[in-house]
Amino acid sequence: MKNRSWAFLAGGLLVALLLAGVVSNYASSHPDGLDSSLLKGCTVDADDNIVGGSCPAQQAREHELGDSPLADYGVRGIENSFVSTGLSGVLGVLVTFAIGVGGFWLLRRRGTTSTTGDGPATRDATADAATTTDATGDPVTASDAGRRTGAAG
Amino acid sequence: METLAMHISNGIIDGPVAAVFAALALAALTGCVLRGRRDLDDRLAPMAGLVAAFIFAVQMLNFPIFTAGVSGHLLGGALAAMLVGPWVGALCVAVVLVVQALIFGDGGVAMLGLNITNMALLGTAAAYLLIAVLLRVLPRTRAGLAVTAFVAALVSVVVASQGFVVEYWLGGTTDLGGNLAGLAGTMAGVHLLIGIGEGLITATTVLTVAKVRPDLVYALRALPTPASPAVPVSGGVR
Repeated sequence: MKNRSWAFLAGGLLVALLLAGVVSNYASSHPDGLDSSLLKGCTVDADDNIVGGSCPAQQAREHELGDSPLADYGVRGIENSFVSTGLSGVLGVLVTFAIGVGGFWLLRRRGTTSTTGDGPATRDATADAATTTDATGDPVTASDAGRRTGAAG
Repeated sequence: METLAMHISNGIIDGPVAAVFAALALAALTGCVLRGRRDLDDRLAPMAGLVAAFIFAVQMLNFPIFTAGVSGHLLGGALAAMLVGPWVGALCVAVVLVVQALIFGDGGVAMLGLNITNMALLGTAAAYLLIAVLLRVLPRTRAGLAVTAFVAALVSVVVASQGFVVEYWLGGTTDLGGNLAGLAGTMAGVHLLIGIGEGLITATTVLTVAKVRPDLVYALRALPTPASPAVPVSGGVR
């Protein structure tokens, strides 16, 4: 994979880590669309605890893994809620990224390697077929060239 | 009550119906693996992992909607369909839901098939059908791409919410007194508002990726314009 691709992955992962690690603490704590719909018919107090009425949400049962150390997006044992939520988010992003990249990498189609060093021939065969070499000697594809033209314009 | 839960909790839908949907979801995801492998090359595989991690992160960011006391969060089906295609995209959302159920206690493990059906399968499928149509109809501009992402995301959220209503009709644990339409209306209304947020997040993210790395946007590669099928969209998106 080219350096550009690594940079994109690293940048994207950093954004996800910041969102889950920091911004998550500013998320709304109100019930989401599903939960609020299931609460219809019940009356709730300021903390969204059911205090009366009858609604589907009352049938909710314990989660099988509710005692997981990361249950409810917090790290058990960490009192500071900002750190607890943020750390659970960071761990969640890293675990999801690891499972995702690992799993999809194992599933990927292994084919002929292209001259760009960016993996096997991709679906946009026309673009890859137009692989050429730019002035700096780096192999570029038609899409690279197109973007550079666009960026210049 | 646990207000951090975002997905269907245990006890909301009865066991047999949940089991049927678990089998359905497993079969559909197997199909996605088989078909998705055609898309998964050395470039798409790490991108798909990033999309899953990004969706996990943004799902944590509940945003307030106009209705007081109610929040919404990204589901991610449209975003995944745009960036990595419908088959791999459904797998991305499913990975997120599995991680949330098994590690974060969010969405019952027994309810996983239901949650996957709604958000990973229905949401992504609805989004991609719209993407396929809109990208052919709308002009190949940044505005066209943004409108495509916004509309696909909004509709996919409402479709996913109605998936839950069907599941509740089949196996809901509370007798609604024949008022299923009431639940459908409530779900549709609130998810229409959430869909606006989903649309804004999806459009912003897709436009950002399209600007930085247009070659990484699956929908732009897979759906070339009929007029100039061989020309990558990158240079023309502005």
